[in-house]
Amino acid sequence: MTEIFGVPIQALFGQLMLGLVNGSFYAMLSLGLAVIFGLLGVVNFAHGALYMLGAYVAWFSMDRWGVSYWWALLLGPLVVGAVGALIERTLLKQLYKLDPLYGLLLTFGLALIIQGVFQQYYGSSGQDYSSPDALQGATNLGFMMLPNYRGWVIGVSLVVCFGTWFLIERTRLGALLRAGTENPSLVQAFGVNVPLMVTLTYAGGAALAGLAGVLAAPVIQVSPLMGSNLIIVVFAVVVIGGMGSILGSIVTGLALGLIEGLTRVFYPEASGIVVFVIMAVVLMIRPAGLFGKEK
Amino acid sequence: MGGPGTGMDRTGKLAWLVALALLVVAPFVGVYPIFVMTALCFAIFAMAFNLLLGYTGLLSFGHAAFFGGAAYVTGWLVHDQHWTPELGLLAGTAAAALAGLVVGLIAIRRQGIYFAMVTLALAQMLAYGLEHASFTGGEDGIQGIQRGKLFGLVPLDNDLALYAFVLVVFVAVFLFVLRVVHSPYGQVLKAIRENEPRAISLGYDVDRYKLLAFVLSAALAGLGGGLKSLVLHLATLQDVRWEQSGEVILMTLLGGLGTFAGPVLGAFTVVGLQNLLSDRVGSWTGVIIGCIFVLCVVAFRKGFVGELLAWHKRRQPKA
Repeated sequence: MTEIFGVPIQALFGQLMLGLVNGSFYAMLSLGLAVIFGLLGVVNFAHGALYMLGAYVAWFSMDRWGVSYWWALLLGPLVVGAVGALIERTLLKQLYKLDPLYGLLLTFGLALIIQGVFQQYYGSSGQDYSSPDALQGATNLGFMMLPNYRGWVIGVSLVVCFGTWFLIERTRLGALLRAGTENPSLVQAFGVNVPLMVTLTYAGGAALAGLAGVLAAPVIQVSPLMGSNLIIVVFAVVVIGGMGSILGSIVTGLALGLIEGLTRVFYPEASGIVVFVIMAVVLMIRPAGLFGKEK
Repeated sequence: MGGPGTGMDRTGKLAWLVALALLVVAPFVGVYPIFVMTALCFAIFAMAFNLLLGYTGLLSFGHAAFFGGAAYVTGWLVHDQHWTPELGLLAGTAAAALAGLVVGLIAIRRQGIYFAMVTLALAQMLAYGLEHASFTGGEDGIQGIQRGKLFGLVPLDNDLALYAFVLVVFVAVFLFVLRVVHSPYGQVLKAIRENEPRAISLGYDVDRYKLLAFVLSAALAGLGGGLKSLVLHLATLQDVRWEQSGEVILMTLLGGLGTFAGPVLGAFTVVGLQNLLSDRVGSWTGVIIGCIFVLCVVAFRKGFVGELLAWHKRRQPKA
């Protein structure tokens, strides 16, 4: 069997592929965080909880009503987006004139509530959710076996990430959004309903997290704690990439997933902390993050 | 103390003396001493946190790493290495200060919201390290920590002796924080909180001031954590996790940010509430704490003491 640096090539590609799957989730979540932060100035701590919510929507609707995975792909983002809109309208709205730290604290409290409620009903154990029949099995790529579902996750998240990028950077709606980030009162003066735009942005970011949750459901066990472990890594990803750029957060997310996969091959003990170490190094060399602009 | 500029008028002083008297007599009138001691340890933790957020304007989302890390260090030294408790506490405090220096050096390179995220991530890294270190007992933590003899003489297994010790440490930390905040150094910290660019333009090396504040805060948080490991005979991963970092924020916020009494009141409220709730509603406690968090941020940002002071201020012109 072929080996690279004493590691069988199959294992190497296997871990790289796993890393890319994780990276897809990092990218989708940090993208949502960046979009929300751009317009609202809020670091959404509840993002991990919303991701978990998306996964539970998929599991619950399958378990109770036999809703298929394909409908869950639609239902998850819709439900989570609606929850997001509700949170923005009732709670976050009251904090915009204050220090952005209060937004972080509020969403932290929300994360505790959402996570706590699910722990109450489902404990800390995971629920199994199987991938749809059409995506079971694996494809032989010649150099490795690619499980179809994992390939699907990577594909969908790439399409969604670049779709979001296109929407924000290349369409008229995106132009309004970016203008609103720069100067909301001026955009409002041009007759744009800025408060509605803010609500939809938060809902959109939440929906992205919900979609990531549905996609993740068949890959990992659906459990109340699945978001809280992830969100801190995603925060580190955001700090590394800098929140200034949409493309930056996508690239950083995917790259860090790959690096994590490589670490798991060559130095497994460090795979849990490699993202944090990279964050520390980046902060020492380039405090604004790889794609961020120094203010 | 006293006189203008110390921020403590006669009423305030009187209130503190009454509170101290209450704390001294508490174990003799049937209040469960372990509860008061636990609350005092968390009060030390919250005061340390308040020094950073309330007086310097830095939100650390990773303070549990210093609190819980020191609990491990003190617990391990006293339990496994048979150090005397005061030396174990000093070592725990020193370890927290050192960790604070490293985390602080990295984190102060970013401001505001990024500072919070960086401290959270670095604390998670420390927590991961502690979970996998050989001396921390993994998921179980260090259990059944023997308190040992203070200075090799006074056995702390006696709850009353430990109570007196914890109270003395608490008062010392309180006076220390009071002194720091009212010193010229503390005034510079407040200037940084109010307007950092202006502090820089006045020639202050802002990063060094912030770093020292961070190290001091981490060290005091460690002292509280070490003490807690002796009181409860226990150091676990629970103390290091981000939920714990959130809890100390809640204590400080609920009591009143940037006030002296606030963190202490907040710590007693939250610890008391947890004791009360965990018996009755079990695991709903986390949800209720989350709700209080949200309410506090939306409608009660000044906290108990802040609201009281604002009320006092409103009343004064009429009197």
